[in-house]
Amino acid sequence: MPAEAPSRPPQKIAILTEPLKEKICALFPRYPSKRAVTLPALHMVHEHLRCVPIQAMAEIAELLEISPAEVHDTMSFYGFFPQAPIGDVRVWVCRSISCMLRGGDELLEHACKRLSIHPGETTPDGKITVEFAECLGICDHAPAALADDGRVYGPLDEAGVDAMLDELKKGRKDEAPHI
Amino acid sequence: MATFEPVLTRNWNVPDARTLKVYESRGGYQSARKALTTMDPDAVVNVVKDSELRGRGGAGFPCGLKWTFLPKDRKETLMCVNGDESEPATFNNRYLLERDPHMFLEGILISCFATRASTAYVYLRFEYINAYKIMEQAIEEARAAGHLGKNIYGTGFNLDVWLHRGAGAYICGEETGLIESLEGKRGWPRIKPPFPAIEGAFRKPTVVNNIETLCCVPHIIERGANWFKSIGTPKSYGPKLYTVSGHVEKQVCVELPLGVTTRQLIDDHAGGVWKGRKAKAAVPGGISMGLLSADELDVPLDFESLRKPGCLGLGTAAVTVIDDHTPIIDYLVNTARFFAHESCGQCTPCREGTGWMNKTIHRIKNGGGRIEDLDVMLHLANNLGIIPGTTICGLADGAAWPIKNAVAKFRGELEEYIRTHQTPGAGPTPLQLDIAAGRKVDLVTIGNAIAAPTAPPPAAALHSPGRPSA
Ligand SMILES: Cc1cc2nc3c(=O)[nH]c(=O)nc-3n(C[C@H](O)[C@H](O)[C@H](O)COP(=O)(O)O)c2cc1C
Ligand code: SF4
Ligand code: FES
Repeated sequence: MPAEAPSRPPQKIAILTEPLKEKICALFPRYPSKRAVTLPALHMVHEHLRCVPIQAMAEIAELLEISPAEVHDTMSFYGFFPQAPIGDVRVWVCRSISCMLRGGDELLEHACKRLSIHPGETTPDGKITVEFAECLGICDHAPAALADDGRVYGPLDEAGVDAMLDELKKGRKDEAPHI
Repeated sequence: MATFEPVLTRNWNVPDARTLKVYESRGGYQSARKALTTMDPDAVVNVVKDSELRGRGGAGFPCGLKWTFLPKDRKETLMCVNGDESEPATFNNRYLLERDPHMFLEGILISCFATRASTAYVYLRFEYINAYKIMEQAIEEARAAGHLGKNIYGTGFNLDVWLHRGAGAYICGEETGLIESLEGKRGWPRIKPPFPAIEGAFRKPTVVNNIETLCCVPHIIERGANWFKSIGTPKSYGPKLYTVSGHVEKQVCVELPLGVTTRQLIDDHAGGVWKGRKAKAAVPGGISMGLLSADELDVPLDFESLRKPGCLGLGTAAVTVIDDHTPIIDYLVNTARFFAHESCGQCTPCREGTGWMNKTIHRIKNGGGRIEDLDVMLHLANNLGIIPGTTICGLADGAAWPIKNAVAKFRGELEEYIRTHQTPGAGPTPLQLDIAAGRKVDLVTIGNAIAAPTAPPPAAALHSPGRPSA
């Protein structure tokens, strides 16, 4: 007996939940164009999923009434939005002038060696993503690092980096987004 | 000079200065009330113009004058506040946001009233996570208390302030890159004219000002243009936040009259050069501005004086001190890497030039430098940027200046480095030498030799100790 054909194509599960969509649309009145909500929407999705997968781009595009390519064009310009999930905590180690002069480059290397990853990668347990950054605007702490929950570290030395990583492994300090 | 009374930082050490209650108890929002209820918008513009307040974001353009460029018959004006603060070593805007958010909001309110803008976007770099939370709260408080929103102080003036977060791109600090980014596009600077005052965000007349610039406005309204002009040096008036970082004992942000010197900053405010060393050089105002040598540390850090030692300008007044143990090539490696990373890629001279400089400087650092590299780089640097007219924005000038200044001021050291750090591996290959000398080379043979080694591996390799037998 031939297998029964599916009555309709399998439904794609939407990435943007209804509350998330509402949150995005709530920003429309702030700007003269819907497209201006691109960055805020990308930030919201990123906060929610720890990445912006390609399907989310298409769904954002639909909400903003622009083409997915336009969302992708914007998204890819900023080095900020990964397409695959990053770790629970993302930490940026600064490599710009004031930090570099005080050993920033070596500390980034030290952090990566300790976690056995390269800059831009996530630890296998999914806890920490380490990235280099250009000046984080916290040069009064140089050599400095910043976690994406707002915690500021520095002036760092190797022991300070170790302590920072131990603390970061315990997870975020801010509230998880309620979406 | 009369003793200097700090104003931008006056609330920084007051407990809970971030709250509206404390801010109001210290005279907060009185200037805004004065402007909105007793002055005409144009009168506010005139006071700011008379004060000769110059933009604190980097270019130093007179703020009041910029406001007068808005078309007289405009229907709508937008305010974009530049809080992208990404120039390396700069963090004064962060202090203003985190420590006195209401002073900033009062500055926005008065400036929007003056320019008749009823929407202000504060473009805030994403990395200012705590500042973002503090600002959100302050806006909420100000709105609830009627300092923002509809019909402010019963004058019929409306103002909404929205925070808009960036996503880690330096170029979005350039005013038209910021505008493009705000519109939801990649942060590609626009060709000017038209300037934002004529056609800016969403094609509407737009004012773009730095956070610190706007923070000066309430004080100018309160104390008058003459007070403001009594501070600083000719053509550079008013108080300024200076940041000092790098090789100093204490990395700080201090408020001082414009025109203080690097030496004063290091010795009087930053606890001296670290580890008891001497300064070899200092970056005067963010790395785009170039480099001061040790003999130039007494040049006043104001909008005019820095041209004499060949720097680009005051920039963001962010001083980075470099001690005498640091090779200048390390400074260049860092600046070249930064600009190659941050060029937006729109203009070929900038995209290719910054990448090429980065490669050359890294090659020098790694022991493959040639003396003539310095002149070739200088030639490129002299042809890069809006000053020679080959690029859309000033990032390229910022990339060129460190090279121009370092080669001019530290040529001896750089040549010495090139000579003494040659590594054999970095030298030219025999093939390159043949080509350079115009000798005939048989590329087919060479190519085949690389592609398919026909000779059997040397016997020794097959029988070397420890090698498992096949
Ligand atoms: C590459 C580049 C980056 C810039 N980054 C900033 C910045 O981060 N913050 C800022 O206020 N101005 C920055 N500027 C200057 C702005 O283009 C603009 O002049 C300034 O925001 C105007 O405000 P002001 O007149 O109040 O200084 C940058 C300029 C260039 C060319
Ligand atoms: S000068 Fe450089 S950063 Fe500026 S617009 Fe051109 S490519 Fe982009
Ligand atoms: S140079 Fe590292 S935070 Fe600014």
